[in-house]
Amino acid sequence: MLGSLWLIPILPLIGFVLNLLLGGVRARKSLVNAVGVGSVGAATAVAFSTLWQYVHQPTVTIVERYFTWIAAGSISVNASFQLDPLSAVMVAFVTFVGFLIHVYSVGYMHGESDRAYARYFSYLNLFMFSMLVLVLGSNLPVLFVGWEGVGLCSYLLIGFYFEKDWCASAGKKAFIVNRIGDFGFILAIFATFAVFGSTEFTDVFPMAAAHPQQYAAMATVIGLLLFVGAIGKSAQIPLYVWLPDAMAGPTPVSALIHAATMVTAGVYMVVRCNVLFRLSPTAMLVVAIIGGLTAVFAATIGLMQNDIKKVLAYSTVSQLGYMFLGAGVGAFVAAIFHVVMHAFFKACLFLGSGSVIHACGGEQDMRKMGGLRKYMPTTYWTFLAATLAIAGIVPFAGFFSKDEILAKAFEAGSGGLNGHGATYYVLWLLGLAGAALTAFYMFRLVYMTFHGSFRGGEEAEHHLHESPWTMTLPLVVLGLLSLVGGFLGIPRLFTGHEGWNLIERFLEPVLLPLGGGEHAAAEAAAQVSHHVVGAGVEWGLVVLSLAVAVSGILVARSFYIGERAFERPRRLADRYPLAYKLIANKYFVDELYEAAVVQPIHRLATLCWKVVDVILIDGVGVNGTAFTTELSGDLLRFLQTGNVRNYALSVAMGVLLLVVILW
Amino acid sequence: MTPATLIPIPYTWILSLSAVLFVIGTIGVLLRRNGIAIFLSLEIMLNSANLAFVAFALEFAARRGVAVALTGQLFVFFIIGIAAAEAAVGLALFIALHRLKETIDVDRFNILRW
Amino acid sequence: MVTYVFLVAALLAVVFSLVTIAHRSPVVNVLSLAIVFFALSAIYAMVGMDFLAAIQLIVYAGAVLVLFLFVIMLLNIRSVERLGSGRPLQAALGAAAAIAIGVAIILVIARQSPSFGSLLPDTGKGTAYSIGRALMTTHLFPFEFVSVLLLAALVGALVLARKEER
Repeated sequence: MLGSLWLIPILPLIGFVLNLLLGGVRARKSLVNAVGVGSVGAATAVAFSTLWQYVHQPTVTIVERYFTWIAAGSISVNASFQLDPLSAVMVAFVTFVGFLIHVYSVGYMHGESDRAYARYFSYLNLFMFSMLVLVLGSNLPVLFVGWEGVGLCSYLLIGFYFEKDWCASAGKKAFIVNRIGDFGFILAIFATFAVFGSTEFTDVFPMAAAHPQQYAAMATVIGLLLFVGAIGKSAQIPLYVWLPDAMAGPTPVSALIHAATMVTAGVYMVVRCNVLFRLSPTAMLVVAIIGGLTAVFAATIGLMQNDIKKVLAYSTVSQLGYMFLGAGVGAFVAAIFHVVMHAFFKACLFLGSGSVIHACGGEQDMRKMGGLRKYMPTTYWTFLAATLAIAGIVPFAGFFSKDEILAKAFEAGSGGLNGHGATYYVLWLLGLAGAALTAFYMFRLVYMTFHGSFRGGEEAEHHLHESPWTMTLPLVVLGLLSLVGGFLGIPRLFTGHEGWNLIERFLEPVLLPLGGGEHAAAEAAAQVSHHVVGAGVEWGLVVLSLAVAVSGILVARSFYIGERAFERPRRLADRYPLAYKLIANKYFVDELYEAAVVQPIHRLATLCWKVVDVILIDGVGVNGTAFTTELSGDLLRFLQTGNVRNYALSVAMGVLLLVVILW
Repeated sequence: MTPATLIPIPYTWILSLSAVLFVIGTIGVLLRRNGIAIFLSLEIMLNSANLAFVAFALEFAARRGVAVALTGQLFVFFIIGIAAAEAAVGLALFIALHRLKETIDVDRFNILRW
Repeated sequence: MVTYVFLVAALLAVVFSLVTIAHRSPVVNVLSLAIVFFALSAIYAMVGMDFLAAIQLIVYAGAVLVLFLFVIMLLNIRSVERLGSGRPLQAALGAAAAIAIGVAIILVIARQSPSFGSLLPDTGKGTAYSIGRALMTTHLFPFEFVSVLLLAALVGALVLARKEER
């Protein structure tokens, strides 16, 4: 339904309101299902029919303006949605994956009370609304509304089991760390207004693209500020610390919000503003460096985690790093491609882990699992498919997208992109190392969980069972997508011509050509094309990344499969105790933040409370005033002697004073 | 036209007399404990004010015309009236107080104190 | 000649006002005040305000002082304390303040240029006539107002002084 884009987010919003009411009256779960899942299902249907119409017409950017939201002097912001290739891609997978996870939640959350169940679905619906507003927004403020909305829902859903202190704290941590990023985002909005006079994408980007030199400096500032926001929302160094803690929320929440959709909002935003970034080599370099470092850093932490969800959390942080690395080397299309692929396989992995946790009766420690593939075959096979995808094995989904990113990084290095060739080479190497680590720790997870024998005790072993269809069906769908999704973006290398790289062709209009003189020539060089490196080198890169991945799998196999399982890792840990302690404790980053940031602020707040509030305001201000008034009253009453002659004397003195004054 | 009357008293002398009487009256009000005596001193003060009015009436009548003198006399007239009323009420008050406290020593009437 | 009369009257006024405030016996106070009033009345007459002089005698000396005497006799006040007894500090301060005021006033007066002898034009009709006419025409409102005030004072005095009915 082109012309009523608003329908797509509104349906989940209606679901949110209805579910709140249903929760209030403690309605039956089936009713909540109908509303919660149905609203998202309807939104998905509407979205797909809209997109069907959209792709069957010449590709244009459609902006639907609904009303003037802010009109303050020269600043005017419309409430309007935009449909273009990029938002089309985002809407498609957000609604679809969101719908699958809603279906999954029906099975996963069935043990909750009626009120909690309705609350869960209402928050989830609200999240869908916010995310859709985010991707459909046609200007930065509307995007920011969605941005804040998903942050709020993240807080609400992480702290879903708020009766437990650590869950509530995790929700607070997520929101507060996000806020730091949001500060950068808001400054970026202000800067955009100041520089361009508008924040509409259809205004700003053509303007910037047409005059590259003029806007280059400001584009650096805006780009960096926007990236600060992305660091917060998409959990990059140094603001990633909230994501592992966010695993306190229900597993479907982790799948939807902290894997597939919310955390990718940062990547979406960077790709949406690609014109601004491409104007500024500095900003792109910063993005790439942080992305690359995060990719490896998080992967190393994931090696030693024992909680199944924490491994997946650090894996998400690492994969997000890859996406930013892609954006930083100019491979914006590859970054979005990886976003979509990641949504499929990461959601599948999280939902699979939820299935495992469900079967183990709430146990999340992998050391107490093992041999589960006998008991949960569907879960196992879909999980394996998704793991192969994330490890980057051909022809699964992750291979094409990750390989594209690494290839572009290599090309940036060899082509000397913007004069930082050496740095990009290093980043490529880091990316390669990260791929090895990813394959290793993901297969470590698979082997520890599904292979070998069950280590959780006899009692628990009796309860092991496969999950109901509401949970396994989404797993199967996502597993299949992890297998075949990659074929959306088959690069030219394999097929000989560009025509098969569907996603690249589709998203091309989003990358506006940059106009103007010599910068165009430099840009053409910067937008490295396949011609810079020959086909031979490209094939070599493909083989190299495959080899790296396979070697990671083999090492994992040797560590965790067979009679001498767990021996090798233990010996390795004993040989390097310091390194082991450092990484197993996540490099003590949380402790560092606690000491350097949290404690000083806590002390400052205590100071404000004990000194400023209690002593100054309460003591001196309020009580002091009362005390002074009382004291003066106590002293002044002695003027009333009751003696008339005293009063007469006062009058006489007054007269004397008057005479003197009037002299 | 009958000749104007020459009054060989400078108005400043009358004013000085008024000032002296005022001071005497004030001292009397402030220094005496007997209520009646205070009232009498008050009457002295009022009379000094009357004298002042008369002095000014005299002077400015010569400068500005006889109507001023008339106004001055009328002022004194009213002041006398008011003083009489005040004396009446004050004395009635003292009678009531004497009934209450058996004394008219002003220093004894100090119940309305802190 | 008139000047000398004035000086004598002034002297009388000052001396007997001192007696009024200083003497211990209340009756002596009242009677000396009467003499002060007589002196003042003489001064009024000397400057040509004869009606005023008459009123001063009739109302002040005749009515008000008699009222004072009645009250003194009613309350049977014998002798009282000396001037300035009790609260010496207050007495000193009061005296100082009063004298200071007086000095200030005298200083102001001294600045005026004393014209020796003022001219009081003769209207030919007598002061009583003029005053009466003025009271009834131009100054009617104050006149009526003062009469209301006197009525209020009358009622007030009655109420204050009567015995409480149990």
